[in-house]
Amino acid sequence: MFTELNSILNASPDTITQGEFILISDRKSDASFLIHHFLTFYLKGCQLITGQRKRSAGLPGGTERVAVCFESSRNQHRESSGPRRRSHGLPQRSCRRPEEPLRVRSVQFEQFQGSDGAEEWGPPVLLVDDLSVLLSLGVSVGAVLDFSHYCRVTVCSQLKGNVAMLARCDGEEEEDDGDDEGSERLLKGLTHQCSLTLHVQGLPTGYCRDIHGQVEVCWRRRRQCEGKYTQKKLFQYKVHDKGASFFAPGTSSAVL
Amino acid sequence: MAAPMSGVGKPSVTSFQKKTRSKLISIAGTRPSVQNGQLLVSTGVTSLDYLLGGGLAVGTVLLIEEDRYDSYSRMILKYFLAEGVVCRHELFVAAAQDNPDDILQELPAPILDDIAIHKPAEQPRLSSEPQESLDAMKIAWRYQNLPKVQSALASSCRFGHYYDVSKTMEPEIRQAAKFHRFYVPEHPTQSSPTHSTMPESYSALLKSLQEVIHREGFDLAAPMSNSRNILRIGLHSLGSALWGDDLCCHDNPKNGHSLTTFLYGLRALLRSSLSVAVVTVPSHLIQDRALMGSITRLCDNAIALESFKGSERETNPLYKDYHGLLYVRQIPHLNCLASKLPDHKDLAFKLKRKQFTIERLHLPPDLSETVSRVSRGELSGAAAVASACGSVTSGNKHLDF
Repeated sequence: MFTELNSILNASPDTITQGEFILISDRKSDASFLIHHFLTFYLKGCQLITGQRKRSAGLPGGTERVAVCFESSRNQHRESSGPRRRSHGLPQRSCRRPEEPLRVRSVQFEQFQGSDGAEEWGPPVLLVDDLSVLLSLGVSVGAVLDFSHYCRVTVCSQLKGNVAMLARCDGEEEEDDGDDEGSERLLKGLTHQCSLTLHVQGLPTGYCRDIHGQVEVCWRRRRQCEGKYTQKKLFQYKVHDKGASFFAPGTSSAVL
Repeated sequence: MAAPMSGVGKPSVTSFQKKTRSKLISIAGTRPSVQNGQLLVSTGVTSLDYLLGGGLAVGTVLLIEEDRYDSYSRMILKYFLAEGVVCRHELFVAAAQDNPDDILQELPAPILDDIAIHKPAEQPRLSSEPQESLDAMKIAWRYQNLPKVQSALASSCRFGHYYDVSKTMEPEIRQAAKFHRFYVPEHPTQSSPTHSTMPESYSALLKSLQEVIHREGFDLAAPMSNSRNILRIGLHSLGSALWGDDLCCHDNPKNGHSLTTFLYGLRALLRSSLSVAVVTVPSHLIQDRALMGSITRLCDNAIALESFKGSERETNPLYKDYHGLLYVRQIPHLNCLASKLPDHKDLAFKLKRKQFTIERLHLPPDLSETVSRVSRGELSGAAAVASACGSVTSGNKHLDF
């Protein structure tokens, strides 16, 4: 959990707003450190479900992570320690057709919700590490958007929990060659569904050793009386071994 | 991963857990990384080991984007397999173009000054040494009766060896290694009516890999015995047309996701076993850059080679010391948040007889008054991309000096 990011987002682990759909996206860079932030952030108070991408990035600090292997037929399931935290892996079956696994997942997901009524847990959180892996496995953009919609309906509206998803994209924003059409469409579709967007990209002036890139944070709030409004802020960041620091553009410690 | 941390969940008096409490298995030819404690193996090329952060982590994939004529990427694959033979790891080679046996015949010979390789013929030869060297050792005559120094511990604590490319590995050394093979023409593909997402060759390869891993006990789930070994997997030229994949043939391939699905399955296999894989892909034939991006993201380490052979740069005097350029596309961040990409983006390689060196491209001094130096930006290639944690700068339009 990055304390600077918490203060930027006005969030703290003690008071978690519910019903949030957070989209983390990146363009030609790696936004997985933000997934780490949200993972540790929500581990402090919520029941946590993580899904999908099998990554080897462990978490410093002794927290364990549930990873689910999408294609192989093995189900790897690890319980995290601690009385207040519980993680579940989504079991999956080996898929033959591309559309099947997402529907199967949505169904299993709902079944899983009904199973634990006995204990007192906080609101559930769904973290999806990488939606673009689904695209590279051949799933259509429409199916992935449907899946994200079902997740949002189930977790945010029905269960009053939070969802955070990572989507990655490769091409330049201005080009429209049709090369990366799938992930661009996915990104656009998800941006309209979410309440908070964190978009990570490289610096427009090129590579810098002390500033690894910039994050654009965009809040889309829907207030009943005022209608929708969006607020955008731009920060630059640098990732260290055990954390990341965020600062306003031009105020990096290397410059000041 | 290869070295599971067993700290969490055990009741302990203090919450402080020493990092060394995890059960690290010691396998010949591996060493734990100084940065993050992962088990590393050498790729066979010491400068590449340095670029990758000390070596290749067990359970990861190294993607090599081939150069145009597949000469240097093939060389790196052979170095990788030769290193496996020297460290006594098991090998698995899969190829569509050449027979894996032929690839094994061409492995470079290791330079064995101080490495003990078990040869049964060694002992009787030592006794005959002093007679032969009576004439030779006139000066150091006190040492002529001592046996030749062979440090028997060298093979276990030496990480990374050097190879002589002009000679091939001797058959005795090569046959000591256990070797599994997969040659595509030997697995005839039935034109299947089933709508599988991968061509038959990829699924057959995955099945064969899974079977070898399970049978030979590389699974992490298998009971921990004292003698574990590493399986080195070399996959040559995946994605080429000989594998039955039309990724390189068409702009909009029919099975555009076959290679990515295969890589996903391969990574799943690797993460749960003690193996390392090196995959070469002819990326210069793949037109779709986004597809190449997703292939890169599905592999952990990725480098790209660009050789000067056949291009105008071969005769360019600025490049006369080198054979090609090397780009590091991706380094994984294992157990930490930041990946350690090399600071210098302008790396070039040179294949010498005893070493494959990768170094920073240095322009020779401009001694002539009339020659105008080609600018640095043109040298490094036009296809430069701005990214967050490292690539060649392309944002010249934003900088106005």
